[in-house]
Amino acid sequence: MEKLARAHVLCCGGTGCSSSGSREIISALREKLAARGMSDEVKVVETGCHGLCELGPLVIVYPEGVFYTRVQVSDADEIVETHLVKGRVIERLLFKEPTTLASVPDYDDIAFYKKQQRYALINCGHIDPESMEEYIGAEGYEGLAKALSMTPEDVIAEIKKSGLRGRGGGGFPTGNKWQFTRNAVGDKKYVICNADEGDPGAFMDRSVLEGDPHRVLEGMTICGYAVGSDEGYIYCRAEYPLAIKRLQRAIKQATDAGLLGENILGSGFGFNIHIKEGAGAFVCGEETALLASIEGRRGMPRPRPPFPANSGLWGKPTNINNVETFANIPSIMRDGGDYFASWGTETSKGTKVFALTGKINNTGLAEVPMGITMREIIYDIGGGIPDGKKFKAVQIGGPSGGCLPEQLLDLAIDYESLTKAGAMMGSGGLVVMDETTCMVDVARYFLNFTQDESCGKCTPCREGTKRMLEILNRICDGKGVEDDIPLLESLAQSIKEGSLCALGQTAPNPVLSTLSFFRHEYEAHIRDHKCPAGVCTAFVGYTINDNCRGCGLCKKACPVAAISGAVKSKHAIDPEKCVKCGACQAKCPFKAIDKG
Amino acid sequence: MAIKNLDDLRKIKESAKQAMSARHESETRVTVGMGTCGIAAGARAVMTAILDEISKRGIQNVSVTQTGYIEMCRKEPLVDIVRPGEPKVTYGNVKPEDVPRIVSEHLVNGRVLSDLVVAKI
Repeated sequence: MEKLARAHVLCCGGTGCSSSGSREIISALREKLAARGMSDEVKVVETGCHGLCELGPLVIVYPEGVFYTRVQVSDADEIVETHLVKGRVIERLLFKEPTTLASVPDYDDIAFYKKQQRYALINCGHIDPESMEEYIGAEGYEGLAKALSMTPEDVIAEIKKSGLRGRGGGGFPTGNKWQFTRNAVGDKKYVICNADEGDPGAFMDRSVLEGDPHRVLEGMTICGYAVGSDEGYIYCRAEYPLAIKRLQRAIKQATDAGLLGENILGSGFGFNIHIKEGAGAFVCGEETALLASIEGRRGMPRPRPPFPANSGLWGKPTNINNVETFANIPSIMRDGGDYFASWGTETSKGTKVFALTGKINNTGLAEVPMGITMREIIYDIGGGIPDGKKFKAVQIGGPSGGCLPEQLLDLAIDYESLTKAGAMMGSGGLVVMDETTCMVDVARYFLNFTQDESCGKCTPCREGTKRMLEILNRICDGKGVEDDIPLLESLAQSIKEGSLCALGQTAPNPVLSTLSFFRHEYEAHIRDHKCPAGVCTAFVGYTINDNCRGCGLCKKACPVAAISGAVKSKHAIDPEKCVKCGACQAKCPFKAIDKG
Repeated sequence: MAIKNLDDLRKIKESAKQAMSARHESETRVTVGMGTCGIAAGARAVMTAILDEISKRGIQNVSVTQTGYIEMCRKEPLVDIVRPGEPKVTYGNVKPEDVPRIVSEHLVNGRVLSDLVVAKI
């Protein structure tokens, strides 16, 4: 038997932390502990994502639960010598609240975690994702065991009772979806997990797959039992190599233990799971395109009906759910649907994971109860906007979503309220923007993305997004004309109505929502030839004022040799040559360069 | 390791829970003084013995930690035990062979071993 360790050191091994060196920290800690002869006493565990990616690599020392941030390899020695040998907390590595700058030693007292309600992410960062035993120790596979003791109809009834809705963006009631597939006639049925997470700035599915892969397998197996399927596929993009590696390992462990395969837990029910690696096309997140891709065809959507529940993979009844949806299933089965339904609003129950990115202090993942306000997420959990800047907008729902302005910060978030406000839940990506963000430029960024990712099947989406992008480029280049805004609106309407799948139907949303809340910025670009946020370079020019001492630093910094002037005399910028990169302003020690 | 039925699953769950018990701070805490003189007096052997005994008995909800000096070098190795709602008890001159008694009497049954006590706070 493995020796009981007095302390566990949990190091985040998610994609964020491991790219900033957590692997090296883990080896260094293990080496130092071995040198001290403490390898048996202290266990070093590589976990999944803790969510506070901004401050990674993260290291948590238990049993005290001391939370260290931005740990470097060079800190390993001090963690072993000071904390693990002498039992003293290392003050300088402690988490500091961005709002108060106070050190917080205890994991549970950190504001980022306090307002969260971790349900789908409950194990992420707390167990070793490569150990099935740890998952089982954290109540894993209890939900499956309970489901197998019930009838499939009762399992579906429990999911319906929970009020769980699709977490991939559509928000379709999961229990109903399962019921459709169960009712569909067919000797062979499939369960598919959609792990083709494609929204810019969204990484909740990746974190679940990397941090708690068995949870997704368990959720899929319960679904298989409920809908009458014996085979599942996980469609995961190949650019998530760590997620795929952990899934493969988890599938092997579960198969070896008999939790996948024939006669699971002696119930007579059998289920197998395969992984299909996708090439990362955004449109393959759309379910019919995803099915085509698994079948080996080009990833393009087809008209529905027939819905996948009746005619899905290879024409067989197929149930498709997103990673986060499946991650909720095991706990719902174990705790019962009522517990899950105790959080949330009238129409949207449970919790939702949001990925916080952009101009926000605590970049990372936060799981919150439905019905929380945007203000609480951004200011209490996210720690507000860095550098004392002012909040301008939050983009929610990825490229299909919309931008919400300050006056909607107190909106209670659920599927319906967001759609009503002109955005959408989407997969839960939140991109926060401050006063230095140009809303026309943001709309252009998202449209550029969808334009690039359009599969080209429907003409309105293929050609329409291209024309819209041209107009936005024109506006940002200072060549916008008065008719551009109505033209954008009419194109948007045609694309929404004339596209087969959600990609096209929602592609104009970023433009429409910025037009409805920030129309004055568009007008300023077109009529006044001004970019209010000072982002669009066409409207910006740099000049040198009388503070110039002729030090020549700007001249050296300029990449296009647009600055001239003799030493110790005032320099000048040639506006014809200037590319408006701002390098001169950043270098000037005398505040002698004005932007305007 | 095959998991054929619910009993197999529960067995693995129990042993995994025990192995992960250090991952939350329990209200019952055992602290071993591991300053230079503590280690010189054999504190590490005492610590190992405590962990082995807790593991052998399958006791959960006990945190074992270490600290530097407890400032009674003469009486090292020193072991502090805190149980919820009870005063801290410090044992001195603890030897590995005393550990089974400390664990079974104090941690399990809540009876303080008066012959080993050096302080109660």
